[in-house]
Amino acid sequence: MSRTAAITPPSAGSLGPGAPAVEVAGLSKQFLRRDKRDRRAGRRTRKRRVPALTNVTFNIERGECVAILGQNGSGKSTLVRLLSTLLLPDGGSAHVFGHDVIKEPRAVQRLINRVSVEASFFKKMSATENLSYAARFYGMTAGDTRDEIPRILNKVAFATDRRTEPMENLSRGMQQKVALARALLTSPVLLLLDEPTTGLDPRSKLEVQDFIREVRSSQDSTILLCTHDLAEAEVLAERVGILDRGELLVLEPAEDLKRRYGAATLEDAFFVATGKTFEQEGAEEGGED
Amino acid sequence: MMRGATGSLRAELIGLGGIMERNAYLVKRYALWEVAFFIWTVANTLTIVFIAEGVVAAGGRIDLNRQTTVLLIGAVIWAYLGIIFEILTETVAWERWEGTIEYTFMAPLSRTVHLTGMGLFAVLYGVVRAGLLFAVIAFFFDLALPDADFVAALVVLGVASVSFIGIGMMTAVLPLISPEKGTQLGFIAQGMLLVVSGIYYSVEVLPQPMQWLSVISPATYALEGIRDAILEGAALGTLWDEIVPLIIIGAVSIPAGLAVFRRGEQYAKKHGKLKRSG
Repeated sequence: MSRTAAITPPSAGSLGPGAPAVEVAGLSKQFLRRDKRDRRAGRRTRKRRVPALTNVTFNIERGECVAILGQNGSGKSTLVRLLSTLLLPDGGSAHVFGHDVIKEPRAVQRLINRVSVEASFFKKMSATENLSYAARFYGMTAGDTRDEIPRILNKVAFATDRRTEPMENLSRGMQQKVALARALLTSPVLLLLDEPTTGLDPRSKLEVQDFIREVRSSQDSTILLCTHDLAEAEVLAERVGILDRGELLVLEPAEDLKRRYGAATLEDAFFVATGKTFEQEGAEEGGED
Repeated sequence: MMRGATGSLRAELIGLGGIMERNAYLVKRYALWEVAFFIWTVANTLTIVFIAEGVVAAGGRIDLNRQTTVLLIGAVIWAYLGIIFEILTETVAWERWEGTIEYTFMAPLSRTVHLTGMGLFAVLYGVVRAGLLFAVIAFFFDLALPDADFVAALVVLGVASVSFIGIGMMTAVLPLISPEKGTQLGFIAQGMLLVVSGIYYSVEVLPQPMQWLSVISPATYALEGIRDAILEGAALGTLWDEIVPLIIIGAVSIPAGLAVFRRGEQYAKKHGKLKRSG
């Protein structure tokens, strides 16, 4: 059975004819945070505004894979959460296949799904149970998921005999495979991957990366990949962006990016662009990444 | 256009089924805890219902059967309301703890259907638990309820549940606004609602300001209606004085609950609180 037979794919109308997959213009977000300097000084802590994203502008074309590199606190997760309709921006706009993420959240929600760094599940429930109820939220009936869940778990190489085990008994790598299965089960036309391989062992990481490649080749999904992993960005994405303290410094093919900064590697390019090594922790207190 | 609306409604109903399905899985997976909590509820209820026996033992002159039943109904309604509020509050609190909150709130499921699904499950689960609790406690006291109209009592409870769900929707937003203390605030709301509603006593014994509040509490009418049905054998047709106010409060509380929750959700989205760690 084909994937598209299981659930109704988004209609042409819902994809906003001609519109880019993602269109972000002047997007800004700030968070209120307690001022640690007051605490250190023994004063009553005041709240101050910390920028998480500042005037971010970019497009992603349909079927394209774009990677965004950035340290912790650079604003990557804030960007993903804004596109996921989980945050309201302070300024600017974001459209997914022509739909405004603020004014038309339901239309956007039907088109997207997400894998984040934490494979979040009801831990006592099994992989099958977690996938089953989540699929219902996207309009998939029990008839749809009966065959589709085993098929997609097979596809991510999830062991058949562990499908009914509580998630808490599974390794982090196995949980992340279920997270990928959950995202793909709903046939998203835009897949938001927020550090999907962080914390995985090398083998699991390669398996997940292979699967992302396969999804790209077999389906017409657009992918926004936020990652710490420079090699992952280079091999998976057509264009690579650098997000630093909420500002998108650059977004272009990896080779152009290296040429722009006169760097031999992406890591060197990142260093030249931001003045920091990739391993340095972000100094921001946005707390969103 | 019509086909689109039908498809959308179908998707929402499937989503509602998903909410019920998820909660059923959780009950199954936590089955032993369910038993443990039920035993705790039984013990808690017994401590209240034995008060009537205690009063008689201390020389008090009361209608023991009637007073025991009054206390039993109060304790069962307390437990039932506790379940409704707890399950609705878990709409946010449990999901935040498990980390699934972002996935649920980014799914294309309307908040009305989401909260209604939680409310319906709470009612189904609550009715089963409350029924079992009533039966177990009644067994301890050898109660004589020859005139009881349990169907009428169940209908009153069902109608009251609409209001309880509406108020529960309002309390469900509290963990969204305050991840640390929101759940506890829900319990406070439950206590405040019941203390003015004559949970173990007649509302006439309350100070006047509390009596005024009892007029707008759905629990007041639920308790009166259920006691009349069980103690006096009042048939459904004679309980309109309780059912009409419950319908009116329900008609107001559901839209109000949804509006409060939506407002809280917007606040959480603006301030970055709609996330796993709080």
